[in-house]
Amino acid sequence: MSPVERVLRGLAITLVILFFMFPILWILLMSFQTNETILRVPPSMVFEPTLINYRSLITGKLQTAAGSLEIQFMRNLWNSLLLSTSSVAVGLLLGVPAAYAFARLKFRGSEDIAFTLLSFRFAPPLLVLLPLTIYFQQIGLANTYIGLIWVYQLIVLPLILWIVRGYFEDIPADVEYAYRIAGHSWFATFRKIALPLAKPGIAAAGLLAFIFAWNNFIFALVLASADKQPVTVGALAFVTASGIQYGQIAAGIVLSIAPTFALAIYAQRYLVEGLSLGAVKG
Amino acid sequence: MVAASAPVRHKRGFKVSKRWLPYVLSLPALLTCIGILIPFFTAVAYSLQRYRLSQPWAREWNWGQNYLNFMSDPAFWNTLKVSLSYAFLAVTLELLLGLGIALLLQRRTRFNNTVSIMLLMPLMTAPALAALMWKLMTNPGFGILSYYASLLGIEDMRWASSPATAMFTVVLVDIWVYTPFIMILLLAGLRSLPRQPFEAAELDGVPRWFVFWRITLPMLTPFLLTATLFRVIESIQQFDIIYAMTQGGPGDTLTVFQVEAYLNFFQSTNVGRSAALLMILWAITYFLSNLFIKNWLRLREKARGEA
Repeated sequence: MSPVERVLRGLAITLVILFFMFPILWILLMSFQTNETILRVPPSMVFEPTLINYRSLITGKLQTAAGSLEIQFMRNLWNSLLLSTSSVAVGLLLGVPAAYAFARLKFRGSEDIAFTLLSFRFAPPLLVLLPLTIYFQQIGLANTYIGLIWVYQLIVLPLILWIVRGYFEDIPADVEYAYRIAGHSWFATFRKIALPLAKPGIAAAGLLAFIFAWNNFIFALVLASADKQPVTVGALAFVTASGIQYGQIAAGIVLSIAPTFALAIYAQRYLVEGLSLGAVKG
Repeated sequence: MVAASAPVRHKRGFKVSKRWLPYVLSLPALLTCIGILIPFFTAVAYSLQRYRLSQPWAREWNWGQNYLNFMSDPAFWNTLKVSLSYAFLAVTLELLLGLGIALLLQRRTRFNNTVSIMLLMPLMTAPALAALMWKLMTNPGFGILSYYASLLGIEDMRWASSPATAMFTVVLVDIWVYTPFIMILLLAGLRSLPRQPFEAAELDGVPRWFVFWRITLPMLTPFLLTATLFRVIESIQQFDIIYAMTQGGPGDTLTVFQVEAYLNFFQSTNVGRSAALLMILWAITYFLSNLFIKNWLRLREKARGEA
């Protein structure tokens, strides 16, 4: 590499890092500031950090010029956690056995069914959501966690099904046959052989599904009212409610994206494979 | 394979025959999704009706009328145009940028791996929250980007609230969120390419641009195709970023399919038109996703083979 090329490369990478990291850094800095320092012109990186934004989010008391205001941000955070965790749990419970069936026990129509399930991943969500708003009213699922968790399966299930299926297919079937010939039932084989071997795949699918569920916006926007909304929808309402408390909005964003960041770093090995539904090995 | 023909005995004593086992295993997942298929067919029915929530008494079948109305409806053509230009702009720029970054980070060094993980962070940000972040950054009062724009002599840049720059702004957010997706897919692709052709080319002193156009790019094509189709399918349905940023405005500047359908349903309560719009979007994505799945299967086969 010539020195000129070296410099150009370094410059390009710096620009790339700047573009992708700067917004996160800026929001992070903003979350430790009061309106006073945020609104300073010209903007400055030097300020005295304060935890007041986080404190008022966590205690739920918002101090504004007009007085004290109740906010539900922690409730939104809790809803996100509840919805994502339960959706993934349900998704794994339903998806892992199905993935095993599709991978091991080729049966009539299995490919067609698997594809139908996969195609949900690509259909416009509103197409299903709009009629559901009316149905949910009729069957009493409107604005319930159960209704939401069910709809979340639309994104969680295909992901789990296709990633875990790939992992099951990677396990040589001979091990399982040997165990079966030794006189064990298919269930014992599934539990003692297949599940432990596919564990990394199941964990990866679960983590990714959690991230997708956490980041979802449209399902809860259409189907949930304020007390059931996750952070993605709640943060938007919060902007109008909090008026001009920009530091608090920033702190809210930081708290909302921190969990997925942590999981992504933890599960980085599986990200590529999961994001591409197993089309590309990471 | 001894047990294959014998009925399988469950621990608790009930029998599941080998023939039914796969169906029993996949049935719960299927039933969950069939519950979701019902609203799909309902939506098909809605799209063939004159149906406004505000005038339930006037509800009736009008068969293809909603679709026919689109032909002479400028708002529909605007939706189509906006959706297509959004998808085209976002995906083209993301491909170019993503390919560039993947090439920069191609070598497996510790530094490159750290950078590629850092770059994943925008992709892990919920698109709705990303839109919110950029909304703060482009705030005319204190937004850092507005400040920099004014330093560059662009006074009064109004970003997403001006029709002239709204598309640019939301595409910018889309690029910020989704370029990393294309980047990691292409990076995985680049790193999985066989070494021999590149080594041979280097021995023969083939110029680098020639290697890129004649070896790298053709071998990368399946990955490029997967990434492109995946992103086109997603970006033509984009809702989160646009809704969180501008709710389709200013005016009808950004009324892409799903935003327009959402507004039709909840604001003008025109269920029939909303459903018909979504059906057209579904037809487009169905066509694209079939292409994607075919291509994806081939790639998956290859990935499995090399594993």
